[in-house]
Amino acid sequence: MLHELTLSGLTAKLAAKEVSSRDAMQSCLDRIDAVDGQVNAFMSLDRDDALVQADAADAALAKGNTHAAQPLLGVPISLKDLFCAKGQPANCSSKILGDFRSPYDGTVVRKLRDAGAVLFGRLNMDEFAMGSSTENSAFGRSNNPWDLERVPGGSSGGCAAAVAAQECFASIGTDTGGSIRQPAALCGCVGLKPTYGRVSRFGVVAFASSLDQVGPLTKDVRDSATLLGAMSGHDPHDSTSVPADVPDYVAELGGDLKGTKLGLPREFLIDGIDPEVRAAFDAAVKQCESLGAEIHEVSMPHTEYGVATYYIVATAEASANLARFDGIRYGDRVDGDDPFSLYCNTRGHGFGEEVKRRIILGTYVLSSGYYDAYYLRAQKARTLIKRDFEQAFETVDALITPTVPAPAFKAGEKMDDPLQMYLSDIFTISCNLAGTCGISLPCGFTSKPKLPIGLQFLGKPFGESELMQIAHAYEQATPWHTERAAF
Amino acid sequence: MAKTDFDIKYVANLARIALTPDEEARLGSQLDDILGYVKKLEELDVTGVEPMAHAVPLANVLRDDEVRPSIPQEAALANAPKQANGLFIVPKIVE
Repeated sequence: MLHELTLSGLTAKLAAKEVSSRDAMQSCLDRIDAVDGQVNAFMSLDRDDALVQADAADAALAKGNTHAAQPLLGVPISLKDLFCAKGQPANCSSKILGDFRSPYDGTVVRKLRDAGAVLFGRLNMDEFAMGSSTENSAFGRSNNPWDLERVPGGSSGGCAAAVAAQECFASIGTDTGGSIRQPAALCGCVGLKPTYGRVSRFGVVAFASSLDQVGPLTKDVRDSATLLGAMSGHDPHDSTSVPADVPDYVAELGGDLKGTKLGLPREFLIDGIDPEVRAAFDAAVKQCESLGAEIHEVSMPHTEYGVATYYIVATAEASANLARFDGIRYGDRVDGDDPFSLYCNTRGHGFGEEVKRRIILGTYVLSSGYYDAYYLRAQKARTLIKRDFEQAFETVDALITPTVPAPAFKAGEKMDDPLQMYLSDIFTISCNLAGTCGISLPCGFTSKPKLPIGLQFLGKPFGESELMQIAHAYEQATPWHTERAAF
Repeated sequence: MAKTDFDIKYVANLARIALTPDEEARLGSQLDDILGYVKKLEELDVTGVEPMAHAVPLANVLRDDEVRPSIPQEAALANAPKQANGLFIVPKIVE
């Protein structure tokens, strides 16, 4: 079946004229009709627009356009519900945006279109990307394709669930504290968080501006390399995007691990890691060693402060970013007698509980009298966490860790205890604070029930090429990436 | 865990978020727990450590000051909850 192909598998068939982009798009729509009632990954779907784009891609292919020039030509790709695509919704899985339609294409959307992608569907997420399970979506959670009683992770949980259920060839998400890598791990796909500044954030609804980064969720590492190449690069519309050359990530894949130095951070291997996750991780480390990698134990002494630092920095930035949702220029408005009560009513009604919790926390840590004790101290802790990475990268090429301490948990299990939910990001968060890159890929399964386990590599800033080479070498030597959830 | 002097009503008001009494009670106690947890950072010696606002040190990114096209007025107003005469309509601000 067409929807079972990887992105590179599809482009090979499109190039050979064995299938059309319309066939590929239709196979995704049929698959969505068949399984999304159970998975609930898609929040909205403009079928007509998707097929029009697919027909345009077929016309371009017939005219002789190639995948060398447009690497995504004719490939259906879906988006997390926070990317601006002209005329389409971007609800951030929140009620507050009402029937908002984006007036313009953001840079990532434009670049994907330039590369020939057929962009369709808005994927479920935790409201404003705040959460680790999609349970904070105002429109109901998505379900993990490996066990529908369990969460797909978050915040890009709809993205991971849609890729795992083969409802799209790849999806694009965002990662602020693990929001691509954690759901990728829980759903058994590949999730890449690029270095801060690698991909433009223009036209991406902001959660925490110094941490947010756009990245792909895919069926294998090669597909992530293709998508990163298409999305990366400096953008005059985002002053934090970095003017650095974009390598040919796909061409650079294919090396082995001989002589690669992998760091094993001893502070990550804490008590409390699920025994099956630990066993799969230990086996992955051994596998890398047998492929020629040298394993070095390293110390990242400030790891245990990552979650606390993150929940101050991220909420502070969120409290400022989400001030724009005030019921004046867009979104739903709840009236009041004066502007002040209009703001309070609109935001009290429109935001869900986790978003309120984080805005209030962020407001508090920035407020007069508390700024030094919380926000400034967290910024200094962030420096120490970044130094841990710099010191580790003096001796090793990349770090190897589990992505998440445990496999997918059952829906509702952590909803009453936000702090426990936050701690599920413990291995992914420091990468965002340091601003470096990371990737999660499957490294095995638990036995009963069968749930995916994620392996994480963390790389040097702007070292995505080397990071993906390492991940690709491991992936190609193991069977895990070929396993699909059964329906 | 050390108790904080966190006043949920005061901070929610600063954040311009109306809370129900039920939400005040629940969020207030959850935020107390979270603040208790983040106090962990007090263990760290941060003497002489520079604060870090951004991972990539890019400063003063400037562009030429030139007129460029922007979205038209209708598009900018298209999502407004209330609009008239090319303007956003808001409640009366000045008596």
